[in-house]
This record gives sequence, structure tokens and C-alpha cells, in this order.
Amino acid sequence: MKNIKSILSVMLITILTFTVTSCRDTKKEDDNGMDHDDMEMEHDDMDMNDSSMNSAENKGMTQDKSASDAIVTNYLEIKNALVADNTEAAASSGGKLVSVFEAFEVSNYSEAEQKELKEIIENAKEQAEHIADSPVDHQREHFEILSKDVVDLIAITGTNKTLYQDFCPMYNDGKGAIWLSEIKEIKNPFYGSKMLTCGTMQKEI
Amino acid sequence: MIKILKVIATIALTALIGIQFIPTSRNQSDVVPVTDFINNYNPPKEVASILRTSCYDCHSNNTNYPWYNKIQPVAWYLEDHVSHGKEEFNFSEFGDYSDRRKKSKLKSLLRQVEQDEMPLDPYTLIHSDAKISESEKELLLGWVNKVLESI
Ligand code: HEC
Repeated sequence: MKNIKSILSVMLITILTFTVTSCRDTKKEDDNGMDHDDMEMEHDDMDMNDSSMNSAENKGMTQDKSASDAIVTNYLEIKNALVADNTEAAASSGGKLVSVFEAFEVSNYSEAEQKELKEIIENAKEQAEHIADSPVDHQREHFEILSKDVVDLIAITGTNKTLYQDFCPMYNDGKGAIWLSEIKEIKNPFYGSKMLTCGTMQKEI
Repeated sequence: MIKILKVIATIALTALIGIQFIPTSRNQSDVVPVTDFINNYNPPKEVASILRTSCYDCHSNNTNYPWYNKIQPVAWYLEDHVSHGKEEFNFSEFGDYSDRRKKSKLKSLLRQVEQDEMPLDPYTLIHSDAKISESEKELLLGWVNKVLESI
């Protein structure tokens, strides 16, 4: 009897061990799967970005406001997905934004601007990565940081698009948060359907 | 019946012992770099100790390895999390981050700790002193908030 008990406990420990271990393995596989997706997306965006790079070159050193187009477009996609409480759409646009940031060409800007742009992009890319694989609450947290980054980026690169800078006073424990929108009407990405019209327009960019 | 159980148990035990010999890499360094977070921002003793016991194992260049961190499968678990955790946030290299990145990281820190997502749950199971009490949480968050405002 005692024998069976100790045999069983050894087996139990072993099973536990392999459960923990196998958890770890499945996570690895997940990661790989994601990398794969990311890579495919990268292809699409590289093409897109190549063409915008060429147009920047054609115009010589005059700075091309359209350089930020792909960033703004994908940012607004994330924004609209969050407004609609659509986690998957936000994640997929987040993934695209990562590769747009990776392909962004800073060489057309002055040295000081380049330094600033590199810091913005490094930070913003991380936020986009998190948006690509987080639950909606985290997506919104990272979207808040991303919004500030995109505002600062546009201040350097300029943009062809008309954008509105909106402010939500409640988010972030009442410290408030800004976001950018392509429409005048307030549609709040931080709370989505819970508080869709909360916020004010601060300025037009 | 007992015989079969015995055979299975023997195989299982052998496997358990066997995996102890699979090498894992150690995340250890003798020097505390000048870019280290605690070095740079001089937190009160209690805060420094919370950070060291609860976060530094996964988020710095120096993990502590008491015996239970060395046995399998704990060592694997830790190796995995250290490499991922450090990538996200490395207290040892904090001084090298741009101000922008410092701020984002501290914002994330506030949120992760506030929502009890850090330190990671399974880790606090094997390392119970890494758990953060409510009062420790308040202390840590209050201090980090001040640092955040100063950057
Ligand atoms: C067992 C290892 C482990 C411990 C202990 C741990 N972390 Fe983490 N941490 C991770 C991992 C892995 C990630 C990345 C995956 C995730 O977000 O879940 C992470 C992510 C983070 C992030 C997110 C970074 C970002 O860019 O958003 C922050 C902030 C963080 N940890 C802070 C802490 C703090 C503060 C502590 C201590 C109170 C702590 N961690 C303890 C493993 C750990």
C-alpha cells in the first residue's frame, strides 16, 4: 500500500513537471506563429513604403509631408478599431504599424530631427507591438503613449492630412490623454462604446 | 498492476532526473552598471528592496539563483522569462533609455503593478517573498510617480 502511494506521488510530480514544461513549449510555438504573420505583413508594407521613399527622393531635400502618411493611416485605423471596441482589428493594424515604423526613412531630416525621430520611432514601435498582441485594456494604454508619439512625430515631419487633436480628461486616472482623429466629431478610443462622446477637441493640426 | 505502475514511475523519475542535466544559461553579472535604475534614482531603502526582490530577477542583468531557481523545470521557466522580461524592460540599462522611453516604461510599470500583473503570478508561487503587499505597492507606486514627474 505504502509502495503504491509513493509510486503515485512520483508520477504526480512528473506529470506536473511536464505540464509546466509543455506550457512553455506551446507558448514558444505561438510566438513563432506570430513572427510568421508579422513577416508577411512586413512585405506588404515594404512595398508601400518603397514608393513613398522614392517620391521623397524625387523631390530632393525638400521634406515630403507624405512621408508620415503610412504612419498616420495606420494610427487612425487603430484609433477607429478602438472606438469600435474591435480588439482584433486594432491588433492587426498595430502589426502593420510596426513594419511601417521599421521602414521609415529618417535620412531626409536634419541631425537633431533625426535623433528625435529615432527616439520617437523606437518608443512608438514598441507601443504598436504591444497593441498587436494585447487585450483591449492594454491596447488602449499603449495607444495613449502612441498618440503622444505620433503628435510629436508629425510636428517634425508634417502631414498632408487634416487632423484634430482631441482630449479625454478622464483617462489615465484623471490625468487625461490626447488622441488624433480625422473627423471633427468626438469618438473616444479610450473608452469605446462605454463613453463614446467623452472628450473635447483641442486643436486642428 | 503494481508492476506496470512501477515501470511507469521509473521511467518518469528517470526523465525528471534526466532533465536536470539539460543546461540553461545563467543571467548573472558582478558589476552594477552606471545605467542601473536604483543607482541613478536612489529610491528609499524599502523601495529598492522591493524592486530587487520582486522585479530584478526578470528585469535586470543579474538574476538571483537560490537552489529552487536552479532545478528544472524552474530554471527553464526563468530563462524564458528573463530573456523576454529584459527585452521589455531592463532596469540595468534604464539610464541608456531616451527620456521618452523612460517615461513610457515607468507608465507601464505603474499600470502593471497597479493591476497586479507584475510580478508575474507563477513566479510568485515559487518565490513567495517576491509578492508585493498593498502597502509595498503604495510605497513603490508613490515613489515611481515622483520619478516619472521629474523626467
Ligand atoms: C518571472 C519574471 C518576472 C518578474 C518577477 C517580473 N516581471 Fe515584469 N515582465 C516579465 C515578462 C516576461 C514581461 C513581458 C510579457 C508580459 O508583458 O507579460 C514583463 C513585462 C513587464 C512590463 C511591461 C513593459 C512594457 O513595455 O509594457 C513592465 C513595466 C514590467 N514587466 C515591470 C515589472 C515590475 C515593476 C516587476 C516587479 C514588481 C516585474 N515586472 C516583475 C517578467 C517578469
